[in-house]
Amino acid sequence: MFKKFGNILLLSAIIMLMPTIAMAAGEQPASTINYADVGYVAFAALMVFFMTPALGFFYGGMVRKKNLLNTIMMSFIATGLIAVQWVLWGYSLSFGPDISGIIGNLQWAGFNGVGLTPFADYTPTIPHMEFALFQMMFAVITPAIISGSIAERMNFSAYAIFIVLWATFVYDPLCHMVWGIGGVIRNLGALDFAGGTVIHISSGVSGLVASYIVGKRYGFGQASFVPNNLPYVLLGGAVLWIGWFGFNSGCALGANELMVLAFTNTGVASAAAVVTWAIMDKIVFGKCTLMGVVTSALAGLVGITPAAGFVEIWAALAIGVIVSIVCFISVTYVKKAMGYDDSLDAFGVHGVGGICGAILTGVFSTTAVNEAGANGLLYGNPHQVLIQIIGVVVSICVSAIVTTILLKVIGIFIKLRVSKSVEKAGLDYSQHGESPYCHL
Amino acid sequence: MAEKLYKVDIITRPEKLEDFKEKMNEIGVTGMTVSNVYGCGLQQGHIERYRGNIVDISLHPKIKIEIVIYETPVEALIKAAKEILYTGKIGDGKIFVYEINNAVKIRTGEEGGAAIVDNK
Repeated sequence: MFKKFGNILLLSAIIMLMPTIAMAAGEQPASTINYADVGYVAFAALMVFFMTPALGFFYGGMVRKKNLLNTIMMSFIATGLIAVQWVLWGYSLSFGPDISGIIGNLQWAGFNGVGLTPFADYTPTIPHMEFALFQMMFAVITPAIISGSIAERMNFSAYAIFIVLWATFVYDPLCHMVWGIGGVIRNLGALDFAGGTVIHISSGVSGLVASYIVGKRYGFGQASFVPNNLPYVLLGGAVLWIGWFGFNSGCALGANELMVLAFTNTGVASAAAVVTWAIMDKIVFGKCTLMGVVTSALAGLVGITPAAGFVEIWAALAIGVIVSIVCFISVTYVKKAMGYDDSLDAFGVHGVGGICGAILTGVFSTTAVNEAGANGLLYGNPHQVLIQIIGVVVSICVSAIVTTILLKVIGIFIKLRVSKSVEKAGLDYSQHGESPYCHL
Repeated sequence: MAEKLYKVDIITRPEKLEDFKEKMNEIGVTGMTVSNVYGCGLQQGHIERYRGNIVDISLHPKIKIEIVIYETPVEALIKAAKEILYTGKIGDGKIFVYEINNAVKIRTGEEGGAAIVDNK
């Protein structure tokens, strides 16, 4: 009885193995997919997805109560709009076959040809579709960051049109130049592990430009703008921090040593930034503020983003400290001196932190931890700093110029900001017809 | 109506509420209405900092306690309130006393003093 059962088992084992044997013998190469990598990247993608709603709460807590829903919506709507844009043409423009190093063509539009086999030039161990999905989450959060600069005054319809066009004409080309095969900045040898230039510099600089074009909030400089809910800021900031571990480590595109390095660097840099900011707060203003500390965690995360997979742990600590100091000066003193109304400091944190991090990557990077990287200034290669600066300058120029053009063109057809009376009454009711709380 | 109905409004520091309720229990005042209010008087505003940027807060958070009394002497209430709410610093608040015309207890329909006193 048992013998017969054993025979059946053996037979079924042979039958199950047959396709494998046939494939190995035939012309099809054996699959290079690593299922641990497939699992990890899916997990990381989910973590990054979570960051966009979290950004809504982070920003939402900082505005006045009458604009709470509108501010959350500005982030949340990107999870729909930009994801659709990404599938239809965004992914193809970003990562598709190269056109003169500037942008991809439309061969992969609608995820056409983006299948379940790996596309080895990007990553050999996970399906091409999973790579595209992981990158979708980055495309979604980036335009949402800009909303921090124009919060409490921009017309929601104009904003929605703007972010779709911005994703198409700023994010997609920059993404291609920095990460796409044949991209000019990638070919220069610029290092950007998880999107310091593509995501943070582009969104931060575009935010600054948008805050100038859309104009200051009514009463800016005279009235008191007090955050309506600091616990929301902390809640959103904490979830962003959690998501950022997936954001940076997921860019290793697998469950491997590089992933662990990026994961650790992410935690170390942000912690160093928090401690630095808390000490500065205490020394300069006498009190350690919750808002300051949450801000610094994000500043540290922005700073380590381009460097996460290229530097050693001590360098991550140093980057966290330096970026925290620079962002502290930027949101406290520079903003006041220049008088622009970047409502929630998208530029002060993402723009400035991103620029700082991109340049520091050229200082601290070493091939000792990642052979695919490069040696930086401290490892005898000052040229890397120059390359990083070129990457930064290109990102700033593309973002600033194209954002200006887009907003001016949209402004011809539709009002960029709401009327003064609507702004005074708050955007929640006029833009969405809802209120965040029930009044009795 | 032999005695008069008085309404006493007290605006004071939020942190004093628990002490105040205890004191009122001692002198036999059991009913009150309390609300959160914002206001300013002699006490100037204060400054808060967000990311290092100064924000002027001109209205202070206070509580407003409303009490209507009939049997308890209004002088006793004012004396007790002054005692328990006093810190000597600016911002202790104010007490306002009004005579009122009538009161109606909705459940029983009683009016005047009978609507206020505990007639169990």
